[in-house]
Amino acid sequence: MTYIAKPKFHHPGLKKNELGYTHRDYEGKISTLCAGCGHDSITASIIEACYELSIEPHRVAKISGIGCSSKTPDYFLGNSHGFNSVHGRMPSVLTGANLANRDLIYLGVSGDGDSASIGFGQFAHSIRRAVNMTYIVENNGVYGLTKGQFSATADRGSKSKKGVTNTDNAIDLVAIALQLGATFVARSFSGDKTQLVPLIAAAIRHKGASFIDVISPCIAFNNHAGSTKSFDYVREHNDAVNRLDVLVGREPISVDYAPGTVQVVEQHDGTRLALRKLDADYDPHDRLGAQTFLQKHAAKGQIVTGLLYVDPDAEDLHTHLDTVETPLNTMDEQALCPGSAVLDKINASLR
Amino acid sequence: MSVQSPISSVNDFVVRFANVNGSGSASANELFARSILRHGVPVSPRNIFPSNIQGLPTWYEVRVTEEGHLGARGGVDMMVAMNPQTWDKDVASIEPGGYLFYDSTKPMPTSKFREDITVIGVPLTAITNSTYTDPRQRQLFKNIIYLGALCALLDLDPKLVEQLIGEQYKGKEKLLSSNVHALHLGRDWALQNLKCPTGLRVKKSDKVGDRIFIEGNSAAALGAVYGGATVCAWYPITPSSSVAEAFTSHCKKYRHDPETGKAKYAIVQGEDELASIGIVIGASWNGARAFTATSGPGISLMTEFIGLSYFAEIPAVIMNIQRAGPSTGMPTRTQQCDVIACAYASHGDTKHVLLFPEDPAEAFEFAAAAFDLAERLQTTIFLMLDLDIGMNHRLCRPLKWDDARQYDRGKVMTAEMLEEGRDFGRYLDVDGDGIPYRTYPGTHPTKGSYFTRGTSRDRYARYSEEGAVYADNMQRLVRKFETAQDMVPRPLQANAAKPTKCGVIYFGSTSPAMDEAIGILESRGHQLDRMRIRAFPFHSSVASFIADHDFVYVVEQNRDAQLRQLIVNENGIDPVRLVPILHYDGTPITARFIANSIGDHQDHLKVTPLRKAVT
Ligand SMILES: Cc1ncc(C[n+]2csc(CCOP(=O)(O)OP(=O)(O)O)c2C)c(N)n1
Ligand code: SF4
Repeated sequence: MTYIAKPKFHHPGLKKNELGYTHRDYEGKISTLCAGCGHDSITASIIEACYELSIEPHRVAKISGIGCSSKTPDYFLGNSHGFNSVHGRMPSVLTGANLANRDLIYLGVSGDGDSASIGFGQFAHSIRRAVNMTYIVENNGVYGLTKGQFSATADRGSKSKKGVTNTDNAIDLVAIALQLGATFVARSFSGDKTQLVPLIAAAIRHKGASFIDVISPCIAFNNHAGSTKSFDYVREHNDAVNRLDVLVGREPISVDYAPGTVQVVEQHDGTRLALRKLDADYDPHDRLGAQTFLQKHAAKGQIVTGLLYVDPDAEDLHTHLDTVETPLNTMDEQALCPGSAVLDKINASLR
Repeated sequence: MSVQSPISSVNDFVVRFANVNGSGSASANELFARSILRHGVPVSPRNIFPSNIQGLPTWYEVRVTEEGHLGARGGVDMMVAMNPQTWDKDVASIEPGGYLFYDSTKPMPTSKFREDITVIGVPLTAITNSTYTDPRQRQLFKNIIYLGALCALLDLDPKLVEQLIGEQYKGKEKLLSSNVHALHLGRDWALQNLKCPTGLRVKKSDKVGDRIFIEGNSAAALGAVYGGATVCAWYPITPSSSVAEAFTSHCKKYRHDPETGKAKYAIVQGEDELASIGIVIGASWNGARAFTATSGPGISLMTEFIGLSYFAEIPAVIMNIQRAGPSTGMPTRTQQCDVIACAYASHGDTKHVLLFPEDPAEAFEFAAAAFDLAERLQTTIFLMLDLDIGMNHRLCRPLKWDDARQYDRGKVMTAEMLEEGRDFGRYLDVDGDGIPYRTYPGTHPTKGSYFTRGTSRDRYARYSEEGAVYADNMQRLVRKFETAQDMVPRPLQANAAKPTKCGVIYFGSTSPAMDEAIGILESRGHQLDRMRIRAFPFHSSVASFIADHDFVYVVEQNRDAQLRQLIVNENGIDPVRLVPILHYDGTPITARFIANSIGDHQDHLKVTPLRKAVT
């Protein structure tokens, strides 16, 4: 982490989005992660996605746990509030924040140590509660910040930098998210910006629990032969189920798809997801199918990337709790306090 | 046959019901307590229950007290012994001259009774079985039948009891009439077959006044509603669960938008205490008033987050309904044993604000105030109840609310203030009181955003591991804690009738027993000035009070004299000046215990003068 702010100078010729913001408006402080860390590429994709969606940066709340990955919210959306909470507990903090103000966009960033070990419970419960959020795990199979111990997503048989073989089974967060009822589940690779940017954009537009597992090699501790989260390994074993662009109601942001091979998924808010299907029979609306597909490919040693499942009619926690539309954090004594007359009645009922 | 004359007392005695958990006796027993209240006679009931659901012994004790002593008295004048399992212990606990009420359907050998008590047998099972065939009915109505018999034995007005049953079963005519019928079955049998009333009697009085009868947990939950809490996250744990349950039911009644019917609150049963406090902290960071309710083990789990709340300066309200520890300890027994754990919860140098209400009325007031304090001070506030207040009905003054009251949202910088060009540094001590300004997420497109973190940072919230920057921040936090001293409820002081050099300090649920003990001690010639501490950090008057006395007793319900430790630690007081009076067997402290402990000490002092404090 750093407090070196990027220079404010904006080149007048910089491209602007619908709100008149340039890319620079979505940037944060200069990253202090290792040069080449996969997490920085994810940061770049988040910046790109928010720029393309023309989100007001300050309307985003970015919340993380502890770890190299959890430091990244400092490096994007410098004008939004960030919260680096405690190890593994991003989901509960995000849930609370979301309950307080349903009007902001909630971006949760976590690591595989953060989410699959110490925070496994919180990860699971925030998903099953359908918190409206985009939950990104920057998954490198190791604890980066504490220098290279295996995390719970490290594959059995994979080797650490020190040559130790992992004998424990791996947790597949995507499979768990599907099982727990996440309504948007995807996996991607930090090095595949073309795939990752629209996935993040679509997840942000999705109302409900969106989960994206991004394989993000740790170049310091997990980018060697024997690791199944290294750049080379992932490139060789990647099997993308679909390509996706996000078409916001008004105008397509990108039209990089070939007619005839595209499946358009309309979401609740009018956003449409255009999926380029690589597998002729892959249906991203089928939760069970996605689970089987994932397992089949995992058995073959393939990492399936792309949008694996989406429920376009998803509900969120606020729907389930039937809360008012007005953000709870804006309510005052007038709205919340029943007053002394009611209290007198309560007193009378207690005699 | 008794050598001891039977106890004779009007409106001043203790009845204890010994039942089996799960037998449905709780509502009948509570009805008994309420009936006496309707006679205008104060009562103070206490539940003594095991930490399981069925089969184990449970007791319900009703202290009838025209004098209005609401602490536990100790001793039993009449035992309603409905549990064969605990018979011997129950019979042994009756005061000499007391009464034993039992189900005489099956004859008992005389060896099972005591010579010095009056035995009252009512063939409850026989009466029940001859009237009801359904087994559940037999079980439930047996409780009402013994209540009916007690009406006759204690001279209760059956009309008042019927009226209460009527209120309970309003609109359910069948249940009403069958309950009233059972009540009369018991009463009539007693009137016809026993000498009624006994020496213990209830006579109408006017000592209840406008006081209300409520559990501390319910009152605290109502305080949260009035105090503007919109987010509650909790995880079940005895004795705190009923706070969240009461908050839920109060919110259902008072917090729905009249037009849309939608909820102006969010309640989440977390997956554990870690999540619950995390939700509270997330919500508070985002400007909502949020709280959790828990007990000792939950506090242990929350401590990492409590440290974050302290250091990152995020408001949080934690209601801790204390039970006996350590570990699982005695989960259904009361203590005041988390004082140190809460005052210094978490790693590193941390200190937290604690509030100690004495009864439900104060639980309501302090709960509402906790949200103001949390936002004003931007830190965790602990509302320290215990099982004795939390899970028992207590007679207390009516709850009050001033409609002109506005929530103190603390120092929040708005978009307008930022627009004006006000310098925003999240951790700047603008006013010298140690309290900085905060902004809510989403406030302004270009100004006022900052990064919240548990790591060290400078006044502008920029990450820094510079020693001087860290120390600057830590010193400001001390300043903030000093500011808190004058914001929390002050201690209350009362002087003895005659000037004295002895003082007593106490807090929380000890209050009613202490009030009574003072009277007992005075009658034995011991004069004590007293101070009830209502919050930590301690107000400066605590140190003055101690300075003004040669020595001060500190009465508390834990083994290690935790409040005393805290006073010694925080005020640099010579421990010799503070004499611990400790009660920690899990039962509520009694006036008898306090009076005897202090009295013995005082008597002892007359022989051996107190060593002068080293100054
Ligand atoms: C309660 C607690 N335990 C342990 C740690 C130490 N710790 C800091 S980061 C980390 C692991 C981070 O791994 P991961 O989430 O995978 O993130 P990465 O650094 O690999 O991006 C650990 C164990 C901590 N901060 N808090
Ligand atoms: S240690 Fe690994 S995860 Fe951490 S910054 Fe370096 S490359 Fe990234």
